[in-house]
Amino acid sequence: MSMFRKHIKRFLLVDLLGGLWKTLTYLWKPKVTLNYPFEKNPLSPRFRGEHALRRYDNGEERCIACKLCEAVCPAQAIIIESDEKEDGTRFATRYDIDMTKCIYCGLCEEACPVDAIVEGPNYEFAQETREALYYTKEKLLENGDLWESAIKVRLEQKGSL
Amino acid sequence: MVLELFGRVALAIIFLLLLVAYLIYVERKIIAAIQRRKGPNIVGFFGLLQPFADALKLLHKETIVPSLSPKILFLLAPVLTFFFSFMAWAVIPIGAGYVFADISVGLLYLMALTSLSGYGILIAGWASQSTYALLGSLRSAAQMISYEISLSLVLVPVLLLSGSLNLTAIVEAQQNLWFIIPLFPMFVIFLISVFAETNRAPFDLPEAEAELVAGYHVEYTSMSFAFFFLAEYANMILMSAMATILFLGGWLSPCEGLIHLPGPVWFCLKISLVLFLFMWVRASFPRLRYDQLMRLGWKVLLPFSFAWVILTAGVVVLTQ
Repeated sequence: MSMFRKHIKRFLLVDLLGGLWKTLTYLWKPKVTLNYPFEKNPLSPRFRGEHALRRYDNGEERCIACKLCEAVCPAQAIIIESDEKEDGTRFATRYDIDMTKCIYCGLCEEACPVDAIVEGPNYEFAQETREALYYTKEKLLENGDLWESAIKVRLEQKGSL
Repeated sequence: MVLELFGRVALAIIFLLLLVAYLIYVERKIIAAIQRRKGPNIVGFFGLLQPFADALKLLHKETIVPSLSPKILFLLAPVLTFFFSFMAWAVIPIGAGYVFADISVGLLYLMALTSLSGYGILIAGWASQSTYALLGSLRSAAQMISYEISLSLVLVPVLLLSGSLNLTAIVEAQQNLWFIIPLFPMFVIFLISVFAETNRAPFDLPEAEAELVAGYHVEYTSMSFAFFFLAEYANMILMSAMATILFLGGWLSPCEGLIHLPGPVWFCLKISLVLFLFMWVRASFPRLRYDQLMRLGWKVLLPFSFAWVILTAGVVVLTQ
């Protein structure tokens, strides 16, 4: 009997019609699409985006060229060259990040003893050439100046400041 | 006289092309809605200019011909497919008297052309010199042949009831009763066969993305790809028109009160209804496996339509 009913059900396309009805009810449900360039998702303060080199409030560069980030970087995307100032403090003469190699793991940020290198909230930095993604120290500092207010808030929210 | 006919044909083709372009847009919108997405909404109001953006994109791309493939065949295939799918429109009556060629074997002509459109796909697969394309076109040929048999058998009861192969006469035979009411099971089989015939989901095996990349049109780019794309959607509209003429009473209005609406409007409304079904089904069902497809065609639809042909013939003989 159950076999018979199964065949009748299959023959009358009951399950198919049920499926069609289900999709039809979805036709008028509210859309879940985010209208991307006009609407954006909220970001977690832990989001790891484009890198930035920060400065102290008096404008001095934070980076002391300890090269911990260079050492920890699993993708070997960071290259640092250092020198000493007259007062004996170290500073980076070169700080390059190859953004095409970077895997956005955030270990450089973790390793930094002075919160100099951070990954900011910006994720819209696509470029048309690879060369444009080889970031230099100037570019990174510029990013830092641009995003400093947002970065500060994020660091506070993360509780690492 | 000839010039006037030429102008009318050109107008009809441009109108059809526009229709096809907007069918693609509507399909994207409907499927998006069912999947709770928004669909195209950036180019123009509600994305209404999207078809033109797509066309421009395709036009300015390079046409690549694989180095090993016979060039003439390779470029002929999309043109053939396109040509056949638009040629069939010559016999479709969109209203009483609104038809290019009111020939007495209209239905036969339609069947012949839908069979011929398989050649475009076969040639494309053969000329591409690519495994995926060849597999896709072989599947497509097998599928089209299998389902064409049940499709033509479905047409027989309609012929028995209307007594004519002329499409205008078939519509006029439905004056009192649309054929969908006495022949409802045939209508369902017709729809299923048509989904298979036009290579649409859930029977889109010839272009199954998961297995064959894109099937027979893997190697095609730019306009040659656009021809295939347009032909597929033109075929969809054609098949909807066929369903409308054979089962849904063509341009006839459904009830007496609405008789003032002109015939072509009714025709377009009915076609839109069937087209919506195409999209709805595509958004709802997963693709069949190849053996399931063959089993459904040969072991379910074919015997059932045979039985119904005999039944209809018996009823017609008894009532005469």
